[in-house]
Amino acid sequence: MSPFDPHWDAPTPLCDAVSAAVLVAIDPSLGGIVVRGWASPARATFVERLAGLHNDAPPRKIPLNIADDRLLGGLDLAATLQAGRPIQRAGILAEAQGSLALLAMAERLSPATAARLAIALDSGGVVFIALDEGIGPDEAPPTALLDRLAFTVHDLPDGAAIWPPASVVARARAALGGVSCPPEIIAQLCAASVALGVSTMRAEIFTCRAARAAAALRGASVVAEADAELAARLILAPRATQRPEPAPEAPPEPQTPPEAGPETQAQKLDDRLDDAHSVALPDHLLAALAGHAGPRRMARGGGSAGATHSLQRGRPIAARRGPLAGQARLSVLDTLRAAAPWQRLRGNPPGSGRIAVRAEDFHIKRFREQPRRLAIFTVDASGSSALNRLAEAKGAILRLLADCYVQRDEVALIAFRGDGAQVLLPPTHALARVRRALAALPGGGPTPLSQGIHAALTLALAARRTGRRPLLVLLTDGGANIGQNGKPGRATAGADALAAAQACAVADLPSLVVDIAPRRQPFVAELAARMRGRYLALPVADSARLSRAVQAQDYGASHGRAAR
Amino acid sequence: MRPVFPFTALVGQDEMRDALVLAAVEPRLSGVLIFGDRGTGKSTAVRALAALLPDMEAIAGCAYGCDPAEPAALCPACTANTRRAAVRVPVPVVDLPLGATEDRVVGALNLERALADGAKIFEPGLLARAHRGFLYIDEVNLLEDHIVDLLLDVAASGENVVEREGISLRHPARFVLIGSGNAEEGELRPQLLDRFGLCVEVQTPGDIPTRVEVVRRRDAFDRDAAAFCAAYAPAQAALRERILHARARLAQIQVGDDILSAAAELCLALGTDGLRGELTLLRAARAWAAFSDENEVSLAHLRRMSAPALRHRLRRDPLDDSLAGTRVARAVAEVLAA
Repeated sequence: MSPFDPHWDAPTPLCDAVSAAVLVAIDPSLGGIVVRGWASPARATFVERLAGLHNDAPPRKIPLNIADDRLLGGLDLAATLQAGRPIQRAGILAEAQGSLALLAMAERLSPATAARLAIALDSGGVVFIALDEGIGPDEAPPTALLDRLAFTVHDLPDGAAIWPPASVVARARAALGGVSCPPEIIAQLCAASVALGVSTMRAEIFTCRAARAAAALRGASVVAEADAELAARLILAPRATQRPEPAPEAPPEPQTPPEAGPETQAQKLDDRLDDAHSVALPDHLLAALAGHAGPRRMARGGGSAGATHSLQRGRPIAARRGPLAGQARLSVLDTLRAAAPWQRLRGNPPGSGRIAVRAEDFHIKRFREQPRRLAIFTVDASGSSALNRLAEAKGAILRLLADCYVQRDEVALIAFRGDGAQVLLPPTHALARVRRALAALPGGGPTPLSQGIHAALTLALAARRTGRRPLLVLLTDGGANIGQNGKPGRATAGADALAAAQACAVADLPSLVVDIAPRRQPFVAELAARMRGRYLALPVADSARLSRAVQAQDYGASHGRAAR
Repeated sequence: MRPVFPFTALVGQDEMRDALVLAAVEPRLSGVLIFGDRGTGKSTAVRALAALLPDMEAIAGCAYGCDPAEPAALCPACTANTRRAAVRVPVPVVDLPLGATEDRVVGALNLERALADGAKIFEPGLLARAHRGFLYIDEVNLLEDHIVDLLLDVAASGENVVEREGISLRHPARFVLIGSGNAEEGELRPQLLDRFGLCVEVQTPGDIPTRVEVVRRRDAFDRDAAAFCAAYAPAQAALRERILHARARLAQIQVGDDILSAAAELCLALGTDGLRGELTLLRAARAWAAFSDENEVSLAHLRRMSAPALRHRLRRDPLDDSLAGTRVARAVAEVLAA
């Protein structure tokens, strides 16, 4: 290729990840890229090449625990004290204007930080690369962020991948304003988006922008069908919540001549989208579609309510002497008060109007946070249980939910039946969703009790890591007949279940075991004893009694420092 | 400064747009809550509203933007100030991000002054900046409880009382609360729900022509924002004029006894808690009548405003996910049919 070429022809089509990177470089208003996958040389190379397209400034890294004053700018306390006059410092977002910002471990990002980044994204100027190392669909960056970044990249290119030269990208960027998107292509994109059940209008706007950027890269001034296909494959397909109808109606056309080209064109675009869609969709999505649930990723509850004592937010409690490190914030008044008696000793003449403050005077603010509580309902939905009292168990849960609403607890729902346990609902405040999930829960199949307990334990431990106080409510009739390894067999299944219960006790997880068999089951009582939890037989349908039992159960009395 | 997408160029979402306009006409409606899917133009609409509103008069140099026309509601500094010069400033629209600290929201000791010369000066927070304007909270349902408590108190009393870090002061903080969120991601406390005058539900448009129009306009805006805004300037000016006109006429709108009793009957049929439902419904209907350039509130106005004014006030079962809007519509059909 000579530098005088009006446009650049890739020897082979670019791979998707490279295309995404190039399109963002051409049009920064696409927001950025989520790179899903663990740290690897391929990822490092990808980020490096991406930075190369953005005037080679190294990306600014935004750490997970960044404090507000570093993110948005503010007073530099240490420098201020040293210099004796206020010294302001610009925030990272301001410093990164016009270049790249790198979010490491984006799946652990707190919704609060994500909200600030979302505001920055809305006002534009910074391109974000979110490195998402999450496992499974539930561990993902906050939705506020995901929704505002156009691309998600799973498969990274290897070293041999072809990247267009930066000069070509720069030229495309300059030409972008002159590229137009024909109305019929916009209509096709919107039709495809509706067919795929994409619920956010941002996706369509992004697709349109990306298509224009793709046209600019080719050196064209009008968006062609190929550009739109590329954009739709990269942006719409990963956001799909449903498969398009097998025989889609012809999308509405402005003019419909019977044998005309546009109609066949439109159909072609739709067909191709379907293909790309089945390839690009991750497995869990298709599985979730069967249950009629979209790939909605749960927002983590507001704020990263951490330990009972926080240095950042909550209700203020007395300040204490301490180093001004990390996220601690200076309590000025207490600091000055601590410094005051020492002024003469420090050689500060009275009436100088200045106060000599030293590091040992520093007092930091402390706050108390109310930890969030999380009730994990684990329901035995096996055949035996269905025969017995699954309906009553459901009623009991509904009853408990109403109390959780009053207490503003979070709720998660796990069901086990057949060959495994399934998290029907990750922790949520939206109780209406729990109700819907419960109503749709069928009963039947054998009882993998130990797997159910393990699933609940995993969820509880994850919740504890984010500062919540979990409580396990297990509803079972105790008829375990599938072991931890997924093989049938009553003896091993029972032993595995008891071992799982033991693990809960070791993890110090407060628990309540509800026996939903028609008659008291000694095995369920033993299970409760192994969990060091409470046993409750449900001899007659009485969900009010169960509800009272949960209320009486002290969430984490044995865990957490400041139980109410 | 980046150009803002013009309010009049928004496509569809009529209920949300009307509610925002009414909040601008009648600030005493005290807020709009927008519930709906992501990417339905909630944030865009709120930011566009700010750009639409005409500048307001404020006392020069006042941190709270006190209104010179209202001597009764001045901040302490302005009360002490005898020569009050007025300047024109844009109506503030303040973002309250999730996870904002209490210091940022209510204000705190000014660190610079405290460290530099040991002075005890109050640094106003977001509430002070939002005075006489709008306070916008995206994802309001994920807001931490202690910030919600604080907002409830200030929104109810119209003033911010600061008692912390050796500072003791109060300043006016009257603002229109605008919240947006996705109901699927969390519930809102009933106390906070009640604080919002109007509640609207937005959905991603399901029909292709509307979606095409959204993308087409956004595309035109992306390509040449200045030209796009210029094309909408006449419509923007007309709407601004209409809002000002409605504001001026608001006090003259008549409300007949039949309307009052119809509103009371409707609230009774729906079993709304307290009287705020009726008050808000009447205020909204009156503002709507003023905006529609009529002299009297009619049943049609009442009917139109009943869903946004009442749907979030129904005493509800937290587990009942049937749309509150349908319950209101049913009651409206029964009570206001005659």
